[in-house]
Amino acid sequence: MTSKNVKTVEKILMKGNEAIAEAAINARCRFFAGYPITPQNEIPEYLSERMNQVGGVFIQSESEISAINMVFGASAAGVRSMTSSSSPGISLKQEGISFLCGAQLPCVIVNVQRGGPGLGNISGSQADYFQAVKGGGHGDYKLLVYAPYNVQEMWDLTMHAFDTSDKYRNPAMILVDGMLGQMMEPLSPTPYVVKNLPVKTWALTGCKDREPNVIRSTGCKDRKPNVIKSLYMGEGELERQNELLQEKYKKMKEVEVMYEEIDVEDADVIIVAFGFAARVALSAVRGLQRDGYKVGLFRPITLFPFPMRQIHRLAGGKRKFLSIEMNAGQMVEDVRLSVNGRSDVFFYGRPGGAIMTAEEISEVIIKCFENKLEPHLF
Amino acid sequence: MKKVYERPQSLKKTPFRFCPGCGHGIAHRLIAQCIDELGIREKVVGIAPVGCAVFAYDYFNFDIIECAHGRPPAVATAIKRVSPETIVFSYQGDGDLAAIGTAEIIHAANRGENLSIFFMNNATYGMTGGQMAPTTLINQKTATCNKGRCITADGFPLNVVKLISTIKGVSYAARSSLAGAKNILQTKKHIRRVLENQINKKGFSFLEMLSPCPPVWGLTPLDSCKWIETEMSTVFKKGVYKDIEARKHS
Repeated sequence: MTSKNVKTVEKILMKGNEAIAEAAINARCRFFAGYPITPQNEIPEYLSERMNQVGGVFIQSESEISAINMVFGASAAGVRSMTSSSSPGISLKQEGISFLCGAQLPCVIVNVQRGGPGLGNISGSQADYFQAVKGGGHGDYKLLVYAPYNVQEMWDLTMHAFDTSDKYRNPAMILVDGMLGQMMEPLSPTPYVVKNLPVKTWALTGCKDREPNVIRSTGCKDRKPNVIKSLYMGEGELERQNELLQEKYKKMKEVEVMYEEIDVEDADVIIVAFGFAARVALSAVRGLQRDGYKVGLFRPITLFPFPMRQIHRLAGGKRKFLSIEMNAGQMVEDVRLSVNGRSDVFFYGRPGGAIMTAEEISEVIIKCFENKLEPHLF
Repeated sequence: MKKVYERPQSLKKTPFRFCPGCGHGIAHRLIAQCIDELGIREKVVGIAPVGCAVFAYDYFNFDIIECAHGRPPAVATAIKRVSPETIVFSYQGDGDLAAIGTAEIIHAANRGENLSIFFMNNATYGMTGGQMAPTTLINQKTATCNKGRCITADGFPLNVVKLISTIKGVSYAARSSLAGAKNILQTKKHIRRVLENQINKKGFSFLEMLSPCPPVWGLTPLDSCKWIETEMSTVFKKGVYKDIEARKHS
């Protein structure tokens, strides 16, 4: 599992969690702090060795809170930084996430979700959708949230997340689950292409021994001292700061939306699913298509910004939407907002770390065709 | 005419907005003077706490980052690790360092991070209006213990520097006070040492400063200094608690 192998082998077999870790190294991430929690342990374990090989910094922190605050510091110093955890640990990180958004510092946060609430279990789950896309911490803020559905996308989207995070100076989250984190799949380790991104003139550190594509300066020599902060006490100051953030989120909604459509154009029922649930749903969709059902799959890849316009465009007439999730019904609220009353929206989910089968979903979809499902209302 | 005294370059021309008799202005000035004397202003990254000193970035004339309550040692650790050429210090109060941020300070110390930590102990939460701190003295009255700190309900004043000095990763741990000229001059020597240690890669260096908070204590600035000397200093004894360099020389 060395970078040499990654460069020379066309396809490699890799665990999802390790794919995220190696993709981060590929994307020039040079700081990682984390704390052990199942089912994401492969990420810190892998990086504890790999970071040293590339001259980066790995710290096993004393807590999740400390880990996210270390990321806050490393990011302020202008270094690409990442932390990972699983649901209960991500709850602990919310303080730091809010501060990162307030101070407009980029980083990548990986949530390999497990069942909740509380300690829950260590099975795969999608119950942190609300926490990821609606805030989680305090204040009006948004994360860029990516939901890969296979190991290849875990690789690709991790690298992409570092770029968009830097582009907007905003944290990005990779939202996966225990199933994706633990599974091994063949992966084409596409190389990272260095993007033309804004220079981090705001970084609070020196420029020695750095990647040549990022220019930084030592302390405050020859410039006004930089201040990265999230406290705005002056009259109207915080409102202006918030408006600036909202402008940024608006821009994300315009240009950063990612999704995949599979046979949606002439579908009578469109399944909406992300991440692992979308894999299972796709199996069900393919099976039912062979039986003659006009069913398609709409797969949001960015959960924020959510593909609202794209779903809205598909809504109308007798077409139905069925949201399938590994939770008690979270993304379905955004599907309904997108549809905005133009179509009936249905929901099927398995909470508490339960994972549905393709047969189970097929039965639900057939019921949806036969008008035997109650719409998701109120 | 020869100029013998001036505002340090490391301080902006912003007047301090601290209360009359507050120790923060003195500590800020001393840190700024030491940074100037050591010629490290352009390498410094300072970390502002949550509390009365949160506005450190309005006063210090070098790179500053403000972070969450209690987390400066975690933030400092990362900045120093990714850019070892910078000189990183955190400036924290007793709520920040000795209550909500206990885990962060203990583990940064235990890892032996090459950092300079300035700990302001005024035995209360000043910014929020004078609540009980981990360092509040027994029987000292505060907004959340108005009959005085009671050991059965509130525990004992936490002797932070003593605790820190027991950790193997620590290079230097000392306590001084800001009550009066003599103490202030002594404090300056400690501050300089704490910064020099980082420059010389000696590792984790920690200075606790007993600092007056006259409005919360309900005392005049002068009586506050007396209280530090007669009350606080008897619980929180001044001195060098650990100095691995001194041990080497002896």
